[in-house]
Amino acid sequence: MDIEQWLHSLPPRLRSFFHPNQVDQEMKEELREHLEQQIRENIAQGMSPERARYSAMRSLGWITQIEQQCRDARGGSVLRDFPQDLHYGFRQLRRSPGFSALAILCLTLGIGANAAVFSWLEGILFRPYPLVAHQERLFAVAGTVPGKRIDLLSWPDFHDLRRNCTLCEDSFVSTIAGSTLNIGDHAEVTTGSIVSANYFDTLGVHPTLGRGFEAGEDAGNDAHPIVVISYQMWRNRFRSDREIIGKAQRLNNVPHTIIGVAPEGFYGTFVGRAIQFWVPVSMQETFGSGGYKLEDRGARWIESYVRLKPGVSRAQVQQQISAIAARLQTSYPATNRGRSIGLWALWQTPFNHAGELLPSFEVMVAVVAFVLLIACANVGNLLLVRSFVRRHEMSVRLAIGASRGRLLKQLLTEGLILSALGTAGGFLMAYWCRQLVTMLLSVGSGTAMYLPGAIDGRVMAMSAGICLVVTLIIGLVPALQTRHLDVAGPLKTESGGVVGVRSRGWIRSGLVIFQVCLSFILLVGAALLLESLYRIRTTSPGFSTTRVAVTGVSLVVSGYDVPRAKTFQNELIDRLSRLPGIESAAFAAVTPLGYAGYSSSPIAVDGYQPSPNEQPEVEYNQVGPRYLATLGIPLLSGREFARSDDENTPPVVIVNRTMVARYWGGQDPLGRRLWVKGRWARVVGVVADSKYESMGETPKPFFYVPLRQDFVREPDLNIRTTQSLQSTLAAVLREVHALDQNLALYETITLQEQVNRATSPQLVAVTLVSTLGGLALLLAAVGLYGVMSYSVAQSTRELGLRMALGADAANLLQLVISRGLRLTAGGIVFGAVAALALTRLLGHLLYNVSPHDPVVFGLALAVMTTTATFACLMPAWRASRTNPARVLRD
Amino acid sequence: MSKPADLVQGTLDMLILKILALEPLNGWAISQRLKQISSDVLGVSDGSLYPALHKLEHRGWIRAHWKSSENNRRAKFYSLTPLGSKQLEKETANWNRVSAAISGIVQLKEA
Repeated sequence: MDIEQWLHSLPPRLRSFFHPNQVDQEMKEELREHLEQQIRENIAQGMSPERARYSAMRSLGWITQIEQQCRDARGGSVLRDFPQDLHYGFRQLRRSPGFSALAILCLTLGIGANAAVFSWLEGILFRPYPLVAHQERLFAVAGTVPGKRIDLLSWPDFHDLRRNCTLCEDSFVSTIAGSTLNIGDHAEVTTGSIVSANYFDTLGVHPTLGRGFEAGEDAGNDAHPIVVISYQMWRNRFRSDREIIGKAQRLNNVPHTIIGVAPEGFYGTFVGRAIQFWVPVSMQETFGSGGYKLEDRGARWIESYVRLKPGVSRAQVQQQISAIAARLQTSYPATNRGRSIGLWALWQTPFNHAGELLPSFEVMVAVVAFVLLIACANVGNLLLVRSFVRRHEMSVRLAIGASRGRLLKQLLTEGLILSALGTAGGFLMAYWCRQLVTMLLSVGSGTAMYLPGAIDGRVMAMSAGICLVVTLIIGLVPALQTRHLDVAGPLKTESGGVVGVRSRGWIRSGLVIFQVCLSFILLVGAALLLESLYRIRTTSPGFSTTRVAVTGVSLVVSGYDVPRAKTFQNELIDRLSRLPGIESAAFAAVTPLGYAGYSSSPIAVDGYQPSPNEQPEVEYNQVGPRYLATLGIPLLSGREFARSDDENTPPVVIVNRTMVARYWGGQDPLGRRLWVKGRWARVVGVVADSKYESMGETPKPFFYVPLRQDFVREPDLNIRTTQSLQSTLAAVLREVHALDQNLALYETITLQEQVNRATSPQLVAVTLVSTLGGLALLLAAVGLYGVMSYSVAQSTRELGLRMALGADAANLLQLVISRGLRLTAGGIVFGAVAALALTRLLGHLLYNVSPHDPVVFGLALAVMTTTATFACLMPAWRASRTNPARVLRD
Repeated sequence: MSKPADLVQGTLDMLILKILALEPLNGWAISQRLKQISSDVLGVSDGSLYPALHKLEHRGWIRAHWKSSENNRRAKFYSLTPLGSKQLEKETANWNRVSAAISGIVQLKEA
């Protein structure tokens, strides 16, 4: 319809819409007038009045039907028809409560899963930081080095950025830090942020008690031991003590004065975590490894954000920031060569869980869409079966003058009722599940996570959209079937023979094949993720995990200076080595896979020529003697560090295999020189590669330096033991107290626990995808069961005949099951083809598993076939019990 | 039972438009005129006329207004709109083209 015609048709349309009764009246009057005129005409031609009336009515036809056809021709009768359809639809649903409940349950699961996943996703995308003002103008800032690797900023770099970025309203620092929190005599791990003094002011977040930080409190070395605690911590740990301000709390064993309590609902600025406390940047050394970094331009640990001025575009700011970075490169070539600074949208923040969770969520969005489709197919199938039952009713309605359009409207209304109820149920489900991801992640990682799912306008809008699509799908499927209806239909008796006859069953069979296909894809996906998780948790990270415990000793807080700390460390190692059950013990600055990051250093190697813009920089760890043996990292050549590798002897390093390959071309580097941390050191050993920061990482260059030659006062203590964790802990504590009664131990865990915490995102992905995969399998089984039951019920005559002709129960059982399995096989073939193409999308979530892993496909095949067989068993058993005599008599 | 099966789809619309192009008429008069011109060949039942009229009105091709007929009874009269006469031209041209083509084929002598 073109615009002109649409405009012309508007007045009559509006009239029928706003004055339906008047229009209806006029139509009736018009028809009555026609009739009377015809009667007068007939009388004029000499008919008797009775005959004239009869003849006129005959020639006009059935008035009620004409009226309905006129109404249909006018269209626009939604207002009149809808309440009627709605009323009728509800009556239909009440008439078959079992069907209605099943259909609504299917839709609830499908729509609820979608709403829940969308609400989580939306939490990350649109409102990652509750209570923070103007998030739309906040961007994450990080450094980049050639090769697109992302690095953090140093405090001096951040300062220069903040001072020179005139297009930014302000910028602030919020670096995540772990800490042990001492309550009474036990310690627990908690997550906090190291922030710049302007943090709370810039965010527009005002503490409910006390104050935020003031300018200048982020300067100096451990100069301001003050802390703002979260509302949660205040409520749970301090029982909402209103006198809390000014009290002391030990964090990493350093007493901090509590100066404020953050408002309720503020979780900090780290996607995926609930931050429990905030300390100023000046306390960096207490919470980080690698010493005092505030004056070191080469120490990159700053996670920072900028808020753009209103009306300024991201591109403009990026340009200005790039210019600042370029100036830093010229001014400080030693530390900044080749480095630039980039902006990231909050949901792409490179240094929090946003980047790591999004791929999982993308997969989940696809998965829940599949579940929804399967649910729709199921409900469509149920409706289809019912439309067979209702074909009598439909035919009668057609016969008494309903147009097919009107029937379609009725079916769509019934679909709408189902999907609206399903959506309502889905909302409830999403509401109950909103904390699900948080709970799963928290259990896995041992720390408080925060991933809010909230049912807000966007989730509602999305669900309403889904509801409409679902209505169309499930309303149109039975409507397809009414095409076959003709008015004479109800008079003919139906002879059912569905097991053999394929004519009208194709839609239902198609739907079952479709369901099996989708469930198979999900099964394959879930199995791949499971396999991947299994491998990630069982593959060696390059060090042993089960027999190694990690803890720490609170030396800094107890006032140990460097010489005293050195003596203590040596004595403790000596004492521990003498204990039965402890094979070896060693200190190391950083524990692999933990949240404390490694330090990195620019390096130079004789004979290695870096490309013009490359500044080779490699991460390292400071470790004590016997560290490699303690963790079980294989030494490939050369020697471990010894106690004699200290501040008085020439610097030495141990490098890993990847580093040898990259910088020495694979040749044995023993005895060669490495420029590191501003001096030459000699390579004394080569070790195998291991995992350093995450289980999923690819091998990267890495080296070790002796702890004594790059000292940190409070390294982690690694212990290889044959005893249980508890008795080891007790033994270590005894020895520590033998040396100094005032010292305390930090949280003691095994390296396996460390690995588990590091792989918790994968665990969450597996849990969710397997749950949804199981759900999909169940729905598909219900669908298959429904279709087979219906087929059997419809073909009792045929089955009875077969039995009468000599088929026995086993034959019939086989007949039904084999038909069910044929449908399943069809679905599996399509599913396998689709899965081969789709599982590649899982690529980044998979670890050491090919997306086309034959074992996984075989497993999925077995599960699908078994489930399908079980789904067919019941109908098949019923078929085999057919009583031929009774069936043939009926 | 509704539309005569052998009436080409859309032809009824064209006929109604043509009849109304001559003068405004009420439904009964249109039905009489239809029978008259087509000498009952088309066999349009009165029952299918009214849905067609309502459809045309809704498309904006014809307009309805109530006025008194000869014997002072209120009747609904239909008249052609400018849009309707454009549509009539279009359909007439189309009809001429199609019927010329068809009669050309029908009149082919068998070889």
